[in-house]
Amino acid sequence: MTISREDIEKVALLARIRVDDKQVSELEKDLGNILNLVDQLQNANTENTEPMAHPLDAVQRLRADEVTETDQREAFQAIAPATEAGLYLVPKVID
Amino acid sequence: MQWDVVIGLEIHVQLATNTKIFSGSSTAYGAEPNTQANAVDLAMPGTLPVPNEQAFRYAVMFGLAIDAEIGRRSVFERKNYFYPDLPKGYQTTQLEQPIVGPGHVEIDLPDGSTKTIRIHHAHLEEDAGKSLHEAFFDEHGHGMSGIDLNRAGTPLIEVVTEPDMRNAEEAVAFAKKLHSLVTSLGICDGDMSQGSMRFDVNISLKPKGQDELGTRTETKNLNSFRFMEQAIAHEVERQMDILEDGGEIVQETRLYNGDRDESRSMRTKEEANDYRYFPCPDLLPVEIDDSFIEDCRSRLPELPDARKARFKEQFGLNDYDASLLSGDAKLASFFEEVAARGKDAKLAANWILGEFSARLNAEDKSIADSPITGAQLGDLIVRIADDSVSSAGAKKVFEALWAGENDNVDAIIDAKGLKQVSDTGALEKLVDEVLAGMPDQIQQYQEADDKKRKKLMGGFMGPLMKASKGQGNPKLFTEILKKKLEG
Repeated sequence: MTISREDIEKVALLARIRVDDKQVSELEKDLGNILNLVDQLQNANTENTEPMAHPLDAVQRLRADEVTETDQREAFQAIAPATEAGLYLVPKVID
Repeated sequence: MQWDVVIGLEIHVQLATNTKIFSGSSTAYGAEPNTQANAVDLAMPGTLPVPNEQAFRYAVMFGLAIDAEIGRRSVFERKNYFYPDLPKGYQTTQLEQPIVGPGHVEIDLPDGSTKTIRIHHAHLEEDAGKSLHEAFFDEHGHGMSGIDLNRAGTPLIEVVTEPDMRNAEEAVAFAKKLHSLVTSLGICDGDMSQGSMRFDVNISLKPKGQDELGTRTETKNLNSFRFMEQAIAHEVERQMDILEDGGEIVQETRLYNGDRDESRSMRTKEEANDYRYFPCPDLLPVEIDDSFIEDCRSRLPELPDARKARFKEQFGLNDYDASLLSGDAKLASFFEEVAARGKDAKLAANWILGEFSARLNAEDKSIADSPITGAQLGDLIVRIADDSVSSAGAKKVFEALWAGENDNVDAIIDAKGLKQVSDTGALEKLVDEVLAGMPDQIQQYQEADDKKRKKLMGGFMGPLMKASKGQGNPKLFTEILKKKLEG
C-alpha cells in the first residue's frame, strides 16, 4: 500500500499542519510503512468480531441534568490572545 | 419537460435540558457571551466529557413517539473539522450506532389525505458556538470575528428523513408536524427565532417517472417555515432552469437568504471536508436498558395525532379545528380547560381559534402571556351558550377581560349593561311598539318575495335593537317578527 504526495498534502491541510517538500518525502515513507501494517491487519478474519469502540470493557456513566458550573469567563479570557465585549476574537472567518 | 421533485430533510432539534450534553454548564438562552462556557465546553486540556442523562431520555422519548427502534448501545464519534466556534476541532456526534433507528411520521395534506414520511434515524450530538462577523479589529486594523461559546455543547438531536417529500407543501407539513411533536413531548421549546429548530433541505430533480435520483443540493440552516417554503421554491426553479438549458446540477451546499430570496454556493463536493470520523476515546459506549426505555415510555404525553382523534370523538370537532387545536400542546390544554368550564366545546373551539388566537397573534403573545384565563373564557362561553349575552356583547366582554378591567364575566355583563333580554313577553311588546310606527315597511315586506324579505328584515332589526338598548335577543326578535309579519 502506498500513499501519494497529494494524499499527504490533503491530510496535512485538513489537520492544519504545514509540511514542506522534504517532510512530505519522509512522510511518504513513514505513512507507507504504517499503511503496510494496516494491510497486514486487514488480512485478519473479523467475521464474528464486533467493532471495538473503546478498549475498556465498560459502559458510560451518565450525569444528572443539574447545573454544576459557575461563570469563570474572566479567568478563561485572561489567557485568551484577544477578547472584546465578552467575545473571543479570532481572525475573520467567512464560510 | 415534466420533472419530479425529491426532498429530504435534516432537522437539528435543540433539547430543552438544563445543562449541556457533556458538561454541567447552563443552556439558558440569552446569557452574556461566554458566561456559560466552562473548561469542558472550551476544550481545555485535561477535561473529560460526561454525558447528560436527560439528553438520552429526551432522544429515547422522541424515538418512541415516532415508533422507532431504540439503539440499545450507542457510540459517540468525532467529526473532525476546523472552525473557530468549535473549540475542540471536532464535533462529538453519532454515526454508526445512533440512539434512534428507523421510524415514521404521518403528515396531513391540505386535500385531507395523509402521507407517511420515513425517518432514516436520529442521533445525539452537540451544537457549536456562534460566530459574530461584526466590526471587530485587531491592533493592525485587520477584521476579526467574535466568538460566543455559550451555545457550544447544547444537546441536539439531528433527525434525518428519507427523501419522501415531493414538494414544498409536504416538506413544510412535515416540518410543522415535527415541531408539534417535539414541543408536545416537551423535549424542545420549539422557538425557531432562537434557533431551537433548524432545517437543512436536500433537493433534487429527475425527469417525471424516472427511478434514478438526480444530483442533489443541500440548502442549510433555514429557521422558519416560511423561509423553508421559499427556499425550496427558489431551489427547484434554479435546478429546473439549469436542467432545461441542458446543464448539470453540481452537488453542493447552498445558503439561502430569505430577506432577498437569493441563494449562493457555500461549498461544492470537491471542497467538501473529509470529516475523518472515529469513535471518541473519551466516551464509553452508552447502554440503554429496558427499564430506561420503559421509564421514558411512561413519560410520554398524549401525542398530537391521538389528541386530535380524541378531540373529534369527545367534542365533535371537525378535522380542521381538531388539527389546529391539537397541533400545539399548550393551545390544546387551554382548549380543554375552556371546554370543560364552558360546556359548549364547539363554541369554545370557535372562540379560541378566532378572537383569542387573533388577539395573541396581533400582540405577538404566547398562551402563557394571555391576560385571559381558560376559566374566564369558559365562563364567557357559558353566557354565550345560555343566551345571556349576544355575540356582539360577548366581544365587548372579551375586550374588557383582555384589558383587565374586571376579572369576572358576569360582573362585566352587568356593569356594561350587556345582559341580553330573552323574555319573550317583553320582546313581543317591543316588537308591537316598533311595528306600529312602520306601516309602509310592513306593506313592502308583505308584498316582497322570500329573497327580498330576508333583506327587508334588517330594516326592522335596527329600530328593535335600538328600542331594546341593544339588549334584545336578536334570534328571538327575528322569530317574533316573522310570526307577526307573515301571520
